[in-house]
Amino acid sequence: MNVVALDENRDMALAHKRAWAAASAVPDPEVPCVTVADLGILRDVSVAQTADGWSATAFVTPTYSGCPAVLAIELAVEAALLRAGFAASVERVMSPAWTTDWITDEGREKLRAYGIAPPVDGSSKLALFADPVVRCPRCTSENTVKLSEFGSTACKAQYQCRACAEPFDYFKCI
Amino acid sequence: MGNVALKPFADRSNLFSVVLALADDHLILGHRVSEWCGHAPMLEEDLSMPNMALDLIGQARNLYAYAGALEGAGRDEDALAYLRLDRDYTNLLLVERPNGDFAHTMLRQFYFAAFMEPFWAWMAQNSVDETLKAIAAKAQKEVAYHLRHSSEWVIRLGDGTEESASRMGAAVEALHIYTDEMFAVNADYQACLANGVVPDLETVRATWHASVDRVFGQAFLTAPEVEFPQRGGRDGLHTEDFGHLLAELQYMQRAHPGLQW
Repeated sequence: MNVVALDENRDMALAHKRAWAAASAVPDPEVPCVTVADLGILRDVSVAQTADGWSATAFVTPTYSGCPAVLAIELAVEAALLRAGFAASVERVMSPAWTTDWITDEGREKLRAYGIAPPVDGSSKLALFADPVVRCPRCTSENTVKLSEFGSTACKAQYQCRACAEPFDYFKCI
Repeated sequence: MGNVALKPFADRSNLFSVVLALADDHLILGHRVSEWCGHAPMLEEDLSMPNMALDLIGQARNLYAYAGALEGAGRDEDALAYLRLDRDYTNLLLVERPNGDFAHTMLRQFYFAAFMEPFWAWMAQNSVDETLKAIAAKAQKEVAYHLRHSSEWVIRLGDGTEESASRMGAAVEALHIYTDEMFAVNADYQACLANGVVPDLETVRATWHASVDRVFGQAFLTAPEVEFPQRGGRDGLHTEDFGHLLAELQYMQRAHPGLQW
């Protein structure tokens, strides 16, 4: 193996790490306690060496078809890559469709700490039609009731805890 | 506007017309539902209406972007959504019907969602068109919520007070005549069906009927026999209300051509 190729591989890996670190730190504009990486909507970042340095492309998937935050997220990711010194671009990936299963364990914990009940596991259709048992993010009681199928954003429903009376958002499972 | 990854199917003109009709259905119903924003009978519904409208308009955007690419004539999603004349829109008559009261709106939503749910489900699983498959996979999950939400309301109002039951009954009388058009197959659709792009609408009809029977059974409603089903939207022949809707929908692009934000 020659030394030049090894160096190139290492540079590539470092640039990728830098680009991922920049893009993955972008917070979701509507749920700012979690990042786009926590939500699983930042799918990948690719880097390439150009005459002027490095270029980076972020691959982002929308949560809901009509999510009004999509454009804001794409612009924020592009800006983060630019700030990190990359010639940046963002590509929207439709397939496979995003599911709440892609929210990381860390993301779920951050949502809970923020007062939003994370989606109950399993994105199957059964989960959609049977009402899930949603745990109160404040007191962890399972004695909760759905107030409204739709909440303040496309991805959330309204619940209330019967134990501590706290109303809270539930991140819907899709 | 978004750059959806495109893998156009070979038979473009048939597919263009079918995708455009589907896009029109979603834009027009999305617009109708958005008219409730700030007017819904309770706060929860004031949240749910714009949420459903956003889903529908988001699905329409994906479909228009794909239609524009299939057409290859340089029309983007805005040009297709805002800069056509009434006769060029091929949406179902059902989706352009005025909102009426809350019962009318929820029944219209239920009829359409019960149609699109099996439609998207088939497409997400089986379509040979990769772009439509990807759009369907997202839309399927969204419309499942619309179906559940609107079903609950049809049942709640149908099996509610004398007043709510009579309103829901009136909605069935007014809107059921428009449902048959959902299953009408024209030459373009037939070509796409033969190519494995879109579902067999008789199969979709069977699922739709099962949903209607199930929900109407719980709501104490009866689906009327329709002697003369109303059609025309798929041929660009619309109801009078559609012109008023377009005037509102297109105002901004007509007054300020090329406006973007």
